Amino acid sequence: MSQIQHAVPDGPIRYTQICTRSTSCSSPPTSSSAAGTEPPSCPGHRGRTPRRKWQVFPGRNRFYCDGRVMMARQTGVFYLTLVLILLTSGLFFAFDCPYLASNLSPAIPAVGAVLFVFVMGMLFRASFSDPGVLPRATPDEAADLERQIDSTSCSKPPPRSREVLINGQTVKLKYCFTCKIFRPPRASHCSLCDNCVERFDHHCPWVGNCVGRRNYRFFYLFILSLSFLTIFIFSFVITHVVLRSNRTGFLTTLKDSPASILEVVVCFFSVWSIVGLSGFHTYLISSNQTTNEDIKGTWSRKEGKDNYNPYSYGNVLTNCCAALCGPLPPSLIDRRGPIQADTPQTAPQSNGTGGSSYAPTQLHSHMCDQDQCIQSTKFVLQAAATPLLHSDPVVLPPLPAKPASLGGPCAYLGPAQPTLPSCAGDVLTLRDVAVDSHCHHHLHLHHLHHHQHFVSPEETPCGTPQGALPCPAHMHLQHPAPQVRYDPVTQDSLHEDSVRGLVKLSSV
Amino acid sequence: MFHNLQEMQHTASLVTKVFIQRDYSEGTVCRFQTKFPTELDNRIERALLEQTVKTLNSYYVEAEKVGGQSYLEGCLACATAYIVFLCMETRYEKVLKKISGYIQEQNEKIYAPRGLLLTDPIERGMRVLEISVFEDRGSSGSSPSSSMSSCSTAR
Repeated sequence: MSQIQHAVPDGPIRYTQICTRSTSCSSPPTSSSAAGTEPPSCPGHRGRTPRRKWQVFPGRNRFYCDGRVMMARQTGVFYLTLVLILLTSGLFFAFDCPYLASNLSPAIPAVGAVLFVFVMGMLFRASFSDPGVLPRATPDEAADLERQIDSTSCSKPPPRSREVLINGQTVKLKYCFTCKIFRPPRASHCSLCDNCVERFDHHCPWVGNCVGRRNYRFFYLFILSLSFLTIFIFSFVITHVVLRSNRTGFLTTLKDSPASILEVVVCFFSVWSIVGLSGFHTYLISSNQTTNEDIKGTWSRKEGKDNYNPYSYGNVLTNCCAALCGPLPPSLIDRRGPIQADTPQTAPQSNGTGGSSYAPTQLHSHMCDQDQCIQSTKFVLQAAATPLLHSDPVVLPPLPAKPASLGGPCAYLGPAQPTLPSCAGDVLTLRDVAVDSHCHHHLHLHHLHHHQHFVSPEETPCGTPQGALPCPAHMHLQHPAPQVRYDPVTQDSLHEDSVRGLVKLSSV
Repeated sequence: MFHNLQEMQHTASLVTKVFIQRDYSEGTVCRFQTKFPTELDNRIERALLEQTVKTLNSYYVEAEKVGGQSYLEGCLACATAYIVFLCMETRYEKVLKKISGYIQEQNEKIYAPRGLLLTDPIERGMRVLEISVFEDRGSSGSSPSSSMSSCSTAR
């Protein structure tokens, strides 16, 4: 208590320099000594350093329009969906609507147009928005969790699940090794997108994205309106063909309006699946379940257990309203936000404050965030290249008092890291320090390209199919051990090993 | 924010970070545990922190409330094919702005003078309420490397 009393009177003088404005501090500050906090850029590579967070996003997503659009990696089926809808609707408006408008009512194309616009709007909204991705844990958080997990058990493998009581129902929260977090209830990790998604429903290839908390209503409205549109087109094309056939005969009708056949076929085959899906999701919404939960039978009354859905409001109407008209949470990943310029300068400007023993500490202490991972990687690479140019040991830019480790979410390799294989493993090794292998391919590609001073023959061919970092073999050879021997306690030695390994590698 | 603080290491170096985790006992609604972390025992009074957390929780409840206003907003948005959100902020976003202002105010008034700093949970993906703990004035100035190594061994 005395410490508090001692601190408070001196507080305002001593602690005023702490920036309390979190949002304004994320952009380059104006009040502090801004010299060291400009977004770092390599000399000569000014235009290519990542500026926005989406460029360093660790998941397997694609971003367009400078981060405004977010989709899964495989978008082929989405384009198929788009083509089918556009083609069928286009043919309907071109071939069937003129007849229907003049012979029946002009309201038909009008309603059709409204439906069509709504379907496309919902499709784009479902496909392009963030489904509710949970950003990965910062290294400090991951360390804190590891500490908590380790402290609860001594000899047996630490528990990687927690139980929580929600509305009287016991729910298990699992630990996600990739994202280094305990997943909130109803969240799940999508293996295709490599992200944890809140209220994960399913990954929809037709929509080219995961369906989660933030875009479920758009997805539902899309399939609902698409069912209406399909039935609408189907019925009116049939009407058109029938009416025309009565006048001019069936074959003449087919000759005059050949597109109608195609439309009927497409609509016929899609209506079953789309209407079926709409019905299924209507059921899910009314019972407040996700596809994931339904398929796994999480809340089914089996085995005589008193199993019920704790999230349901008990009332079909309330469940529906909550799902469709409930508040829309904002995206948690801030993909268009600027990358926080944490590190002062690039390697050449480092103050040369120490030998190789200092470097691992610097590596270790480097605060890592997804975005800062990039900076760290850059520095490690540059540091590795330094011996080629100088005889000095690895020196990194001074990163004063940063009690975090290299690599952001990349920093910690769980004992049984299931996510190791991706990025062809080479990224993992390079970023080492038990770095998360899911750090962005493109990004590393980016950095390797733009760090000419360490381009060696093995490292130049970046154009591997996966876009992964080159020379996986070499790096793997250099670092078989750290990946296997990971232990939170010996992380320091791992850092040292990796730095030495990289130095060795670059001197080859 | 963090890199600013690092610049100031000669006056305030970061000792550790304390994380207040989410409390899922009421479902998926955003709520933080009101359990007082032991690491802050001698840095701040329990009541102050609890009050902050409770206020934050109430803000989140307000943001996620499924009620008349949210229905209206939802229906209007649906009717306009969600175009209305190009001009209008959602209620959630409005409340988040309020929260951010509140946290800043709390930091200025209560936490910074005690060598603590709250990070807005939205910057941590709503997973945790992060409290950065700075070197206590009373202790002798520890060098950056020792504070870093203490953090590293703590892992």
